[in-house]
Amino acid sequence: MGIVLLIVLVVIVVILVIFAIVTYNGLVRRRNEVEESYRQIDVQLKRRYDLIPNLLEGVKKYFRQEQDVLTQITQARSQAMQPQSPGQQAQSEARLSGAIGNLFAVAENYPDLRSNTVLLDFQEELSSTENKISFARQHYNDSVQSYNTKIQSFPAVIFSRSMGFTEKEYFEAQGPERESVTVSYD
Amino acid sequence: MEGRDQGTFRERIARNRRNSLLLIAAFLAFITIFGYIIGFAWLGDPTRALFGLALALVVGVVCGLVSYYAGDKMVLAASRAREITHDDAPVLFNVVEEMSIASGLPMPKVYIVDDSAPNAFATGRDPEHATVAVTSGLLEKLDRDELQGVMAHEMSHVANFDIRYSMLVGILVGTTVLISDFFLRGLWFSGGRGGGRRGGDGGGQLQIIMILIAIVLAILAPLFARLLQLSISRQREFLADATAVRLTRNPKGLADALQKIGGDREVLEVANRATAHLYIANPVKKFEKRSKGLFSTHPPIEERVKILRAIEAGGVAETSGQTSTETP
Repeated sequence: MGIVLLIVLVVIVVILVIFAIVTYNGLVRRRNEVEESYRQIDVQLKRRYDLIPNLLEGVKKYFRQEQDVLTQITQARSQAMQPQSPGQQAQSEARLSGAIGNLFAVAENYPDLRSNTVLLDFQEELSSTENKISFARQHYNDSVQSYNTKIQSFPAVIFSRSMGFTEKEYFEAQGPERESVTVSYD
Repeated sequence: MEGRDQGTFRERIARNRRNSLLLIAAFLAFITIFGYIIGFAWLGDPTRALFGLALALVVGVVCGLVSYYAGDKMVLAASRAREITHDDAPVLFNVVEEMSIASGLPMPKVYIVDDSAPNAFATGRDPEHATVAVTSGLLEKLDRDELQGVMAHEMSHVANFDIRYSMLVGILVGTTVLISDFFLRGLWFSGGRGGGRRGGDGGGQLQIIMILIAIVLAILAPLFARLLQLSISRQREFLADATAVRLTRNPKGLADALQKIGGDREVLEVANRATAHLYIANPVKKFEKRSKGLFSTHPPIEERVKILRAIEAGGVAETSGQTSTETP
């Protein structure tokens, strides 16, 4: 009788341990995904810094009359590259995106440029760069959502906090001025 | 909702893994039995038939390995696709890059099929060895948002390992058909040659029975293979559409793209029955019309468009504020 009980207990404990290991590994994997997708945003932002000078060099002759728009972009770029707080960083990134948007708007004023392939390629590259940044952010949010949901739901919720798995913040972009928003779950 | 979404996604991956293994096992089982029976029918002796079995097993394993590691290249070669870089088709390349970022997957190789019929497919054994291919017709006829929708759909197939299973189905099914065909033709040309080999009465009768079984198998196998191919790709198209919307946050792009692709009556020359199930829309157009039922590799396009339009109207997926180029 005692032995049967013991065996049952051992089996239950083993199952629980295996379950805990699997859950724990799942949490680690998701947390790594979150961190990796956060790095991906930085990769894309850096890519944009590197790309802008080359792209502007190629098209600046078409925009001789629009020097301020070009300077705006160059300035916004160098400002965004300065080390700064995350909130400020988000703001200067937004200003850079805004300046790039301005250039597209200005380009609309030159109908003969609309069929210029150099310019079209330039627009494609620049807007794709913007897209890549926003998709990188979107992916970051997707993985944060998956991770947060996991650590808040049963059974992970039992031990996730005590093992140092805490909720990650979403990246929120709202309109021209962006700030990192603190999401509180408590 | 996300949690459930992820759940079905992981289930999907697990199911594709399991199905791939089952498929390889079934293929090996079939080829072994078939090899034995052919061996028996040819050599007329249960022991010597083992030679046929061994040969078939070797051929089967080699086929399996080759199709697992080089299946994507075979599919691409059969479709006469060529690899491109960023400068060959910047918009396409950028869109694929965007979708690989949105899905968090490595950048796949990008191929173009020179054909004016608009279509696209993805292949490869896993996301690290994936390829997406589009026809030049698709590039010409779709605008940027539509192209993005299509590539998102293809990346979904990559993400949930649909590509591996479809690739294996295409090639192993193709091999089965080929072997069966080969046997039937061989039988036709060699006439009753096998019969004279062995004198014994009982052996001779058994041999004839074995020949008959082999013929029946050779006729039925391709039919089963075809049914298998049909069964896989219908539900997953809906699923890939849904995942695509989650990636682009823009159901309109894919809906418009599907409408254009569906409305196009051109036939994709390079697609055949072995690769038809890989494409985003059924490339064998004459099928589409009467294919509501069992014998279609794809669900009707109208149904897929209808679902996407409903998402669009309901605003289920929020739009993200990205800039998009106005392609004139």
